[in-house]
Amino acid sequence: MNNLKQTLTRHLREIMIRKLFAFFAVLSVLLLGLIVLFLFREGLPLFKEIPVSRFLLGSAWYPTYDPPEYGIWPLIVGSLIVTMFSCLIAVPFGILSAIYISEIAPARIREILKSVIELLAGLPSVVLGFFGMVVLAPWLQETFDLPTGLNIVNASLMLAVMAIPTISSISEDALYAVPREFKEASYALGATKYETIIKVAVPAAFSGISTAVILGMARAIGETMVVLMVAGGAAAIPRGIFDSVRPMTASIAAEMGEAPFRSGHYHALFATGIVLFLITLAFNLIADQLSAKFKKEGCGTL
Amino acid sequence: MKWRYFRQGLFFGMVRLSALMITLALLGMIAFLFYNGIRAVTWGFLTLPPTDSMTKGGIMPAIVGTLYLTVGAIAVALPLGVASAVYLTEYARQGIFIRIVRIGVNCLAGVPSVVFGLFGLGFFVVFLKFGSSILSGALTLAILILPTIIGAAEEALKAVPQTFREASLALGVSKWRTISRIVLPSALPGILTGAILGVGRAAGETAPIMFTAAAFFTAALPKSIFDEVMALPYHIYVLATAGTHIEQTRPLQYGTALVLIGLVLGIDLFAIILRSRVRRKKRW
Repeated sequence: MNNLKQTLTRHLREIMIRKLFAFFAVLSVLLLGLIVLFLFREGLPLFKEIPVSRFLLGSAWYPTYDPPEYGIWPLIVGSLIVTMFSCLIAVPFGILSAIYISEIAPARIREILKSVIELLAGLPSVVLGFFGMVVLAPWLQETFDLPTGLNIVNASLMLAVMAIPTISSISEDALYAVPREFKEASYALGATKYETIIKVAVPAAFSGISTAVILGMARAIGETMVVLMVAGGAAAIPRGIFDSVRPMTASIAAEMGEAPFRSGHYHALFATGIVLFLITLAFNLIADQLSAKFKKEGCGTL
Repeated sequence: MKWRYFRQGLFFGMVRLSALMITLALLGMIAFLFYNGIRAVTWGFLTLPPTDSMTKGGIMPAIVGTLYLTVGAIAVALPLGVASAVYLTEYARQGIFIRIVRIGVNCLAGVPSVVFGLFGLGFFVVFLKFGSSILSGALTLAILILPTIIGAAEEALKAVPQTFREASLALGVSKWRTISRIVLPSALPGILTGAILGVGRAAGETAPIMFTAAAFFTAALPKSIFDEVMALPYHIYVLATAGTHIEQTRPLQYGTALVLIGLVLGIDLFAIILRSRVRRKKRW
């Protein structure tokens, strides 16, 4: 009898512990829900003042004027442009360095390069922004004879530095996961190493590499300090690559300190946060779908 | 035939060049900041508060503030992250529930840092009435690094051989005891590495603490967790962009940037070395 009771309490305790851990696991999902809840709580009141379409597509961002204008279209364009240009630089560098690390480099250099990529990922964004301000901006201004060196080119270059580690490390994982038999079969057919990489390894790792690119873009579009410090801050649709822009993140970070509590401006910045959140969420969900597919392919069913 | 090898050589050259350029970019930036910042970093710079409306003096309050924020963040995120990872690796079975949790963790990892700042402002500062304080900032940073910790802890737990668990369970030890006495201690070095990387990440972040904790300038050190603090990353931003003395305070900006990257990259490098040693030592 006593024995049975003991077994029962022990069993009960195990179940309790299991439930407790399950709660902690759900915590991430709960936090994500809380983030959504509070962004909407502080952002939605804006739409009592102006319609969603005027917020998203309005071309004037004058939050402190009277009457204020809360059109974030120039900010969205700013975010998209610096993200696009930074990816033009970061994608080739990220993928090529991943190919070098996983396929070509000798073991010692591979270890060093992986550390370099990890350290680059760890560089605080405010330091990169600072670097862009004191080194790149004066150089750009002088070389191209511009009114300011704080512009799209500068922001894209510094953002590329932030996106390269993301793209490189995830692409490398994907290339590493390509089954060895694929490559060996290719060599056995007389293909060179180059042909094997381009025609076998990269296509086999394609969904993983796409995931890497999408996550790199998500990183660039959500990056704040770099664009706050070097994009120049002009809330207008740019006409050329040396114009200043004001991406969404920069606008939020620069103005939140001055926006009066729960004013239209304050709500508009939270609403901008919602847009930003939804864009990065979409990127992440797409990346998640792709990488799920890539895991299935990884079994090597050919 | 020749063309095939020429093309391969060309491609390999490009690939090597890109790896080299990335390495040079990192080293160049470090060297530049070191060269320009080292003269500013004196003993007084590290131990004195700013003076003359932040145009002279040191950065001691910012160092202390960053320390409080990161220690607070890791103290919250580490237990939560490890518990979450234990469930994911030890208890969970494949299914819709676990799929949702994984998507949740991935999406949390992808939330932009400034959005964490907004959330911290809306939730901790305004809704829970913590005000702009160490508490609000540390909790916001804790959520930011939670996915990093979960990922590292999961990897460490997965690396513990299945035979360890089986041997323990075969002796009649309960599942929880197996986890707490066998699995977690074996995974501890890996979990610690993840925690250290999380500290490095939290120390360098600016956007999440801008509206939740960081102060432009405080004369005294914080007395409680409800006080605002100065922080290294925010201090760099303030000195480099605000005020009328931007050119005059350049040396201070370089010095602060050097201290920050020294701290963050030092922490990261320590974690990387620790991890490679742990991996090498493992012989199971």
